[in-house]
Order: sequence, then C-alpha cells, then structure tokens
Amino acid sequence: MRETDAVINARREIEVCNACRYCEGFCAVFPAIEQRRDFTAGDISYLANLCHNCRGCYYACQYAPPHQWGINIPATLAEVRNESYAEYAWPRPLARTFQRNGTLLSLAAALCLALVLFLGIRLNSATNFFGAHGTQPESFYTIIPLPVLQAVGIASFGFSLLALAMGARSFWRDAGPRDKVTPSALGIALWDVLTLKNLGGGGNGCNDNSEAFSMRRRYLHHAMFYGFLLCFAATCTGFVYHSFLGWPAPYPFLSLPVLLGTVGGIGLIAGSVGMVAMRFADDPVPNVARLRGGDVALLLLLALIAVTGLVLLAVRATGAMGLAMSIHLGFILAFFLMLPYSKMVHGVYRTAALLRRAVERTMKPLGGE
Amino acid sequence: MPIRDKTYDVLVAGGGNAALCAAITARQAGASVILVESAPKAFRGGNSRHTRNLRAMHDKPNAVLTDAYTEDEYWDDLLRVTGGNTDESLARMTIRASSGLFGWMRANGVRFQPSLTGTLNLGRTNAFFLGGGKALVNAYYLTAARLGVEILYDSEVISLNMDNGAVRSIDITWRGFPETLHARCVVASAGGFQANLDWMRQYWGDAVDNFVIRGTPYNRGGVLRNMLGQGVAAIGDPTQCHAVALDARAPKFDGGITTRLDSVPFSVVVNRNGDRFYDEGEDVWPKRYAIWGRLIAQQPEQIAYSICDARAFPLFMPSVFPAIVADTLEELAMKLKLDPAKLRDTIDAFNKAVKPGQVFDGSKLDGNATEGLAPNKTNWARAVDKPPFYGYPLRPGITFTYLGVRVNDKAQVLMDNGKPTGNLFASGEIMAGNILGKGYLAGFGMTIGTVFGRIAGQEAARRARN
Ligand SMILES: Cc1cc2nc3c(=O)[nH]c(=O)nc-3n(C[C@H](O)[C@H](O)[C@H](O)COP(=O)(O)OP(=O)(O)OC[C@H]3O[C@@H](n4cnc5c(N)ncnc54)[C@H](O)[C@@H]3O)c2cc1C
Ligand code: SF4
Ligand code: SF4
Repeated sequence: MRETDAVINARREIEVCNACRYCEGFCAVFPAIEQRRDFTAGDISYLANLCHNCRGCYYACQYAPPHQWGINIPATLAEVRNESYAEYAWPRPLARTFQRNGTLLSLAAALCLALVLFLGIRLNSATNFFGAHGTQPESFYTIIPLPVLQAVGIASFGFSLLALAMGARSFWRDAGPRDKVTPSALGIALWDVLTLKNLGGGGNGCNDNSEAFSMRRRYLHHAMFYGFLLCFAATCTGFVYHSFLGWPAPYPFLSLPVLLGTVGGIGLIAGSVGMVAMRFADDPVPNVARLRGGDVALLLLLALIAVTGLVLLAVRATGAMGLAMSIHLGFILAFFLMLPYSKMVHGVYRTAALLRRAVERTMKPLGGE
Repeated sequence: MPIRDKTYDVLVAGGGNAALCAAITARQAGASVILVESAPKAFRGGNSRHTRNLRAMHDKPNAVLTDAYTEDEYWDDLLRVTGGNTDESLARMTIRASSGLFGWMRANGVRFQPSLTGTLNLGRTNAFFLGGGKALVNAYYLTAARLGVEILYDSEVISLNMDNGAVRSIDITWRGFPETLHARCVVASAGGFQANLDWMRQYWGDAVDNFVIRGTPYNRGGVLRNMLGQGVAAIGDPTQCHAVALDARAPKFDGGITTRLDSVPFSVVVNRNGDRFYDEGEDVWPKRYAIWGRLIAQQPEQIAYSICDARAFPLFMPSVFPAIVADTLEELAMKLKLDPAKLRDTIDAFNKAVKPGQVFDGSKLDGNATEGLAPNKTNWARAVDKPPFYGYPLRPGITFTYLGVRVNDKAQVLMDNGKPTGNLFASGEIMAGNILGKGYLAGFGMTIGTVFGRIAGQEAARRARN
C-alpha cells in the first residue's frame, strides 16, 4: 500500500483510537489496533478491510465531526479500502477500474448484454431464436450451444478467480509476516464470514442513519449473500445433473436446481434492492459519497441477474425464451468479467483480513490499561 | 420549542448522564418533563460523553463484572481516596444502589462490554460502556425522546427563581433568546464549573490560562452559582479541582481521555528550568495519576516535561500526540525549548544517583531508586541513556470541580438553614461533593450521577404529581 493522503489521515485517526480504545467492544478492528503501536500502510490497509462499516464507532465517538479532530473511522477506512482494491488489482493496469467504478460497471453490463444479444440473434435464425421450444431437453442449447456456454463461462470466471487470488496474495503480503494459519483460525474466520459477526457493533446492530441500532443491514446482506450462494448451488447441481447423471436442462419447477435458484434469486433480489435503498437513506457523514456509484451498480447488477433468471424460468417454454436467456447470460457475463474489478473484491479481502485477525487473536494488546 | 404557558411537572437543568437519568425516571413515573441542555446536539452530554465506565458493587461475577466487589470494600476504597471527606450514609446508600443499576440502564438502551477476565485491572470493579460515554448518552437521549421528554438544545438555564425555599419559575435562553418557563419541580444536573475560567481564576489566578479543561466547555457553573446565591447550602472546597497531567498539546476543551499521559513513572520529569520537582516513582500510576495536575500547576508557567529513553518508551500507553524525539539529550532540550546544558546536568545527576538494584519491573513497585537526590525517585529508577530520547510537554488537565450543593438522601437540595427546598433536586457532579469531598475513585462519578439522577427523577415526579 502506498502512503496516500487517505492512509496518512487514517493513521492519524487510528492513533487517536489507540490512545482512546473506547470502541474496543464493537468489532475486530479495535483489538487489532491495540496490538500495534506503529502502523505501516499495509497495517492500515488490513484494518480498513477488517472494518465492516457498521458506523457504531462513528456515532459513539466523542471526537467525531464537528469536533476539531473530526474522527470518522467508517468513512476514513472506506477511502483506504477503495484505494486498496486498486492497489492489489491484477493485472496492475486494471487498477484504474476502481476510479469510476459505477460508470464502468454499468458500461460493462450494457456491452455484455448487447454482445450476447447481437450474437444470439445473428447466429440463430429468427424462427429458432424467437420460436417456442417448450420444455424439451436441451432447449436452451438450441439458442447457444452448450460448449460455447461452458467455454465462455469457464474462461471468464476462471480468469476472474485467478485475478482475485493474485489480489488476495498481494493483500496478505502487504500486511507483513504473520504466524501460521491454523485450522482453528480458519474455522474462526469462516464463522465470522458466514455470520457477519462484526457487522453490528458487538451484537446490537448497525447505525444506519441515527444513533439507533438496527439489524436491517446485516439481514439484507445475509439475504443477498445466501441468495447468491443458493443460485451458485443451483448452477452446480445443474452441472452435476447434466454432466454426471445425463439429465439435461431445463428442469421441472420442483426439481432441486430450479428450487435452489428460485429461492436464491428471491433472496438476492430482496437483499440487493434493500441494500440499494439503504445506500440512499444512510447518514452521509460516515459514508463516502464518491463510492456510492460502484456499490449501487454492483447491487443492481446482482438484482438484474436474479430478476432475469426468474423471468427466464417463467417464459422458458414460450417464444420469449431466446431473448430472456440472452439477457440473463449477458448480465452474468458482465458479472463474471467484472468480478475482480468491482466491490465484489471486498469479500476476498475481508475474508483474508478476518483470517489474519483470527491468526493474531492470541497476541496481547500493547500498552497498559 | 418550549411551551410558555405550560407548567411542566419536571424541568431538568443539564444534559449529561445525571440529567438524563432524572428525566427518564421522572417521565417513566408519569411526569411531563422538559430537559434543558446548553450544548448543541452534536456536543450534548457534558463530561458524561467522555466517560467509559462506572463502578458497581456486586456479590458475584455477572455478565459485565468479574469476581465480587462488596459494599465494605467499596466503602474502604472511598474512605481511602477521600480521607474521610464523605458522608457515610449517603455514600453507603449510593454504593448499595450501584449494584442494581445494570438492569435499568440496559432497559433504557445502554450496552456494556462483556467482562474481560484478567486483562484490565478494572474489570472487577468497573463496568465498561460499549462505545464509551457518548454511546451511553446517545442511548439515553433516544429513550428520552421515545418516552416523550421534551429536549431543548442550545438552551441555557440562567436562573431558578426561588422564593421561600421553592423554585417558582425558570429563566432560560432558548437559542439565544430569553424565555421564562414554569415547572412544579426542578432537577439541577448541570455539572461543575471547571469550564468557567473566570470563576477558576478567583482561586488559581492567571495560572488558569495554562490549564486544559478535559471535558465540555459548557460546564460553566451557572446553575450552581445561581443556587448558591439564593441561600442554598454549599458543599465541597471551592478552590479544589481534580487535576491530572496531560499532554500540553491538548485542545483547551473537550480533548477527553486521549490526551492523558501515562509516561511519568517511567520518566524523569523536569520543569521549565530543567529541575526535577517530585518523586516520579512514588506509587503505581493509577494511584498517583491525580496528584500530578496539581504538581504541574505549581511549577513556573504551569508546564513540565516528561523525558525518557528508548528502553522506557514502550512501557506506557501511547498518547494521542507523537512524542518529541531526538538522538541526544541536548537536541531534545532544544526541541522542548529547555536549556540543553541544564537538562544534561539534571539527567547526568539522575543517572549517577541510580542505585544498582533489583530487576526492573514496570508492573509493580520494584524498589529501583535513586540515592542522594532531592527529590529521589523511589521506584523504576533507571539511567536515561539509551537513545533516541523522547519528551512530552505536560500541563494540568482539569476534570471537574468539587464545589456543589448540599442534598439529602432524597436528592433534595438543602438550604443554608439545613431545611430541604420544597421542589428543587440535584444529581451528578453538581452534588457529588456530598459523597466525594476529595480525591477520586475511577467510575464513581457516573455511579453518583446514575443513582442520584434516578432518585431525583423519582422524587420530583412524585412531588409534582401529588
Ligand atoms: C475525560 C473524562 C473522563 C471521565 N471518565 C469517567 C469515567 O470513566 N467514569 C466516571 O464515572 N466518571 C468519569 N469522568 C467524570 C464524569 O464525567 C462525571 O462524573 C459525570 O459525567 C458527571 O455527570 P453529570 O451529568 O453530573 O455532568 P455532565 O455530564 O458534565 O453534564 C452536565 C450538563 O449540564 C449542561 N449544562 C451546564 N450548565 C448548564 C446550564 N446553565 N443550562 C443548561 N445546561 C447546562 C452541560 O451542557 C452538560 O450537558 C470523566 C471525566 C472526564 C472529563
Ligand atoms: S472511534 Fe472515537 S471513541 Fe472510538 S476508539 Fe476511536 S477515538 Fe475512541
Ligand atoms: S466495523 Fe463498525 S465499529 Fe468497527 S471500525 Fe468499522 S464502522 Fe467502526
């Protein structure tokens, strides 16, 4: 991590916290601060990615603006976090994708959509593309052949996974050497990720736009996250059905892949739309307005993937299937391609940060009472 | 906006912990309540917004406190710090009531940190608020608003107009404009007067210009002075205040907890002239923390410098301001604007006087002392000779003043003739001198405020509704 203005400002604020320590019960960030006395840029990036942005520490801070010190940890760490996404982006030149991320993400979605639609219509006869295929086996692949689907899917997703892994490696190294990762540390980190324990100020909830605590954000994130996982599980089951059991899609409404996808899709829509709404109702002070575009674009893309998936399910036996499928796949392609260049990376870095925290949990805090 | 022709059941003057506890309790007892806070919303909550814990008696471990802390032990601690300058019956009543506070506090929105076994030495006696005092104050304001307490910010109580031992009307300014309000009962919870430098100057002279006020600039003692001017009985020494050693670079007001410096026991402390003036190693820091403010206040220009070397530097909590660092003592002296030759002499003399002693141990009185100095350092004395050298400038930081109004066990304010006022109550710092006449016990300020706030709210509501 470079010594940017955001890092320098974060260091000043973190050093105030280290002398204060009133917020140590809120989340993992403060105990991690207390174990240090000097903060490298890598340390600050680690702390920034450990922060879940619940804003508890902002409302609790006696030095928050308009106090002259203007301590605003959630906003300050959000700035650093966004810079860290660019810092660890792989390949390096793509760091710039985090500058106007919302615009870029929207453009990518539009382009992928146009591309898939264009190819779908160009390479199919109109009767085939707009024809009703019923629910006969392999109906989807009459529009886009399965090998093409698989090749593009695996290539785009595979590259993204590689890019994410490279980013995670840079992040891990940047925060300096650590003890060995033990199975128990892995377990703790996994639990923290799955429960979002740190999102909600010591178990009371987040501060959305006032001093009052609320679990809304945590539940919406859960709906989105687990919805996403169910959709992913639906895809995997479909893959197993097709490749190993010889049962090609489409599957009946009460089949496992369709049920998983439907429930997951609804969760994804509820979660992401809810989070977009909250993003507009939030208190602006502990937030960074500039970053809203990227967050909202990603949430909307996720919602659109789910919506078009459900639409596809509804119209799959009709002549609209070709169109619905192309749109759905267009959004998915954009998502796969932009995975390492969108807010989605927060999942990787936050997980890595939680793992690092779990590894160092037994270290003693520095300084006395 | 205050309602002019309404007669409120209870008016609460102040907006910190004691005021909020009184307002919430009175409202829960069915009274109509208005709370008048002189600070704007962003700075509401007085010194309470800078606190972090309260001290509570308990017979067995609970969710927030380890072990046990009995009434007698609590009382002994209080007796020790006050040197007997307390009222035993009020004190014991407060101590006993402290054990029952958690349920009420939780029900009204306060959250605690889970008890931390072992690591914090206060984990046994003191319960820590999750997020600190501002989070507590936020929770109480939310509760008060939800219950329908009317809250005025930017509004100062100017005068409680008393007649025949009772308050008849209350003059306030509401956003700078004068208003007169009426209430059947009044609870005064407006804190001490430490932020009123002109009042402080009466006792301390121009030294106050070099004092730092650790908490809110709004505790100017207006309500206290107004009551005392109308025949209310005073308690506590007006010339005394709780003063600690702070980093001299602290802001004049509202610097809070982070500007404190724990470096003294591991340092050599000199004044402007480069001379040592007190035993830095007299006792463990929490026990000596509060005498250093006064010591520094007595030095020329009310400033001192804590000097240590690379060995001592990691031993204490970091201050919020970076230490001033230099490779030689002379260079450090220049940076601190001290006479380099003089500082060198003082440190050389100190280093020579260090007796070869026992193993150094920062966690207890280790007996490593100097010999033949005036004054000697009696613990943790170790040559200051490993560069780099670190320096911190120190000033007196004022936490609160001791002067207050006399109350009885119903939180009723007493008149000079010893009779209780008919409808005037007090809670918090403004009456803490009844129990804490001298010294300080960590976390006791919030305990007094909570216990007496609840009593005052209860009694005021009862009286108003009869
Ligand atoms: C840095 C610091 C840390 C501390 N830490 C602790 C701790 O951890 N535990 C502990 O027990 N104690 C602590 N204390 C002491 C503690 O702050 C006090 O004992 C306690 O807050 C007193 O509460 P209070 O409600 O009486 O006064 P305050 O909280 O100071 O409230 C006084 C209120 O009155 C208002 N006011 C003043 N004049 C007027 C007027 N004329 N009209 C209207 N409103 C007025 C003020 O704006 C303020 O809201 C600390 C103090 C400081 C400075
Ligand atoms: S955010 Fe504010 S209150 Fe919390 S630890 Fe930091 S300085 Fe202290
Ligand atoms: S997770 Fe919440 S409490 Fe912790 S640093 Fe981030 S905003 Fe503050």
